[in-house]
Amino acid sequence: MDYSWIQIAVAAVFISAVVTLVLSRGYGWLSPTFWRNAAVVSSVVMTGILLWLTFDTQGKIRPGAGRVPAWDVINYEIGLKWDPEKRRQVPVVGEKTGFFGQELSNEAAYKLINRGKMTLQGRNCMECHTILGNGAYYAPDLTRAYQDPWWAERLMPMLGVKTREEAIAKWLQNPPAYPQGKRRMPNLHISEEEARALVAFLKWMSAIDTNGFPPRFGVVKAEQ
Amino acid sequence: MASIAMKKGEGLYESQKLALAYFAVALILFGAQLLFGLLAAYQYIDPNFLFGKLSFMTNRTVHVNAMIVWLLVGLMGGVYWFLPIETGREVVGIRLAKWIWWIIVAGVGVVVLVYLFVQVGPGTATTLWFINEGREYIEAPRWADLAIIAWVAVFLYNVVATTLASRRVTGLLGVLIFDLVALGALYSAGVHYTVNVTMDQYLWWWVVHLWVEATWEVLVGVLMAWSLMYLLGTPRKLVETWLYLEVALVFGTGILGLGHHYFWIGTPEYWIGLGGFFSALEPLPLVAMVVHAVYDAGAHRLHAVNRPAFFWAILQAFGNFIGAGVWGFMQTLPQINLYSHGTQLAAAHGHLAFFGAYVGTVLTLVYIAVQNAAKVVRIPLDTRSWSWSYALFILGIFGLAGSFTISGFVQTMVERAELGSTWAAFIASYTHPWYTNTLVWRFFFGLMIFAAYLILVYDLLSIYAGRALGKEVRRAQ
Repeated sequence: MDYSWIQIAVAAVFISAVVTLVLSRGYGWLSPTFWRNAAVVSSVVMTGILLWLTFDTQGKIRPGAGRVPAWDVINYEIGLKWDPEKRRQVPVVGEKTGFFGQELSNEAAYKLINRGKMTLQGRNCMECHTILGNGAYYAPDLTRAYQDPWWAERLMPMLGVKTREEAIAKWLQNPPAYPQGKRRMPNLHISEEEARALVAFLKWMSAIDTNGFPPRFGVVKAEQ
Repeated sequence: MASIAMKKGEGLYESQKLALAYFAVALILFGAQLLFGLLAAYQYIDPNFLFGKLSFMTNRTVHVNAMIVWLLVGLMGGVYWFLPIETGREVVGIRLAKWIWWIIVAGVGVVVLVYLFVQVGPGTATTLWFINEGREYIEAPRWADLAIIAWVAVFLYNVVATTLASRRVTGLLGVLIFDLVALGALYSAGVHYTVNVTMDQYLWWWVVHLWVEATWEVLVGVLMAWSLMYLLGTPRKLVETWLYLEVALVFGTGILGLGHHYFWIGTPEYWIGLGGFFSALEPLPLVAMVVHAVYDAGAHRLHAVNRPAFFWAILQAFGNFIGAGVWGFMQTLPQINLYSHGTQLAAAHGHLAFFGAYVGTVLTLVYIAVQNAAKVVRIPLDTRSWSWSYALFILGIFGLAGSFTISGFVQTMVERAELGSTWAAFIASYTHPWYTNTLVWRFFFGLMIFAAYLILVYDLLSIYAGRALGKEVRRAQ
């Protein structure tokens, strides 16, 4: 899209105002007719712009189009790096390591991530966690949870596993057995297959370009 | 000007009797919302309380869903109350409306029982169809979505058919129909599943934002217009002009203000500027309402035909401005929202805004209805207990929102700005004494709100039974 947000905002307000004034010629600004025209015109103009932007956005958030990663990104290492120009972190895709050590086709990755998303909804994760910052604020945000240093620092040794993927999958199957912090996650009877699917979803989501949210992820080690 | 007095001679319209059933169910669900809110608030203090049996997630689901449903039911009840007065006739299709209403009540019961006893399900489409959809605010399983769409369709039919039968489309009815079409269409944007979480949340906000920050606000505008005509005898031309102004400002700023939810979900960068700009303007219509409320209150020296309803209407204007406007503006610009998004600050805003904008409106409507449905109609209506409930509600909600705000500040600063947004940073923020102190205050103010609720119910029942103050007006039967 070749327009900046300022151009769009100014155009939206300008078009609404001009059309309202033209339609309301002969009526004073205190008359009901003037404001009725303003109501109809602003609703129509703003809805039109929203629909136009929705088409543009839809193209840009298609998996693989740039901001949202392709499904098979879960075959690669994923991290964050500081972009000095944008002054925020951006996701980076690293070496190909496979998913649980196995390389998946785009189709197989899609199926797994889809199952993970369904599990995320079926287990009502959003009623404690936030996902891309939206949800219930009782439990940690999941946007970059896959990349959280906590897995390597605490849970891999505690669970006796060698990889981050195994640690997340094992922990999710019985969280109260390994409580972290004062608030515990209940045992939601997540099967091994569902747990792996959730890992796939979390890994894929952690590679979405979120304009730097959550801020400064993992740059400071919390003092315990 | 159409008379805003109740139907004379034969008591209430059938539509108004249906409105009373709507209000009764709304108040029961209000109680459920508060009860489950208290359980969730206590779990913040002691996370082991009912852990694994009735965990936070379950209580929070019922808390939030009961809130959405009772407010929507209350607003729809308000339309069923005023529609026959506005059109001067019984509502068309009232039998159908009654039928579907009792189906919806039964359906809500089933949904709540499933939330409480089944709680979650495997990651399959069957779970999304029959247990819950796992999308905050619109958790209702798919079958319930379809029932809600059918319900709104009947409601829309009632409004449109009654308007056509009356052969006079007033400005208020025109806005109401325009708004209800948008409201119904937007709900259907939420009835879908997609694996792409960015797209999922993009459309999810069409329901959540464009309902509560656009179409519900306009619906409230229509209902408050009718309420003011009833309470103060405000001329139709005046309320209609204000309503048009409000629609112009609410839709003019709120539709693209939607962009403030598109800062961090993976959507393009232009939303940061657009969302910040338009959502910063969203308080404008709320300021307009406060100006109007102050003018009305002063011009009538706080006298109205129904004192509790009038005070709730005044509260609505201020509460909407402070809760939605001030607390929203506090965190809507992307420069702060990057840090405050997804913290307790959002919950502070949510509690205060819903209370101010929607609880205030529904209680205004309920008091107007109960005044006219009572065994003895009193004009002007006054009681001894309403002001206690009113004061405790206001004190409670501001105390509650204040507590949320402080924990939100701690989370914003400690978890996000200082420690880098990780799991460890999250734990460090919620165990910080500045945060944990607020949890007790939160629970205390929650209890205060519950006490206010009990007094409210007592007050409404005693008005209904005819024990209120004011000049008695016998209704011919």
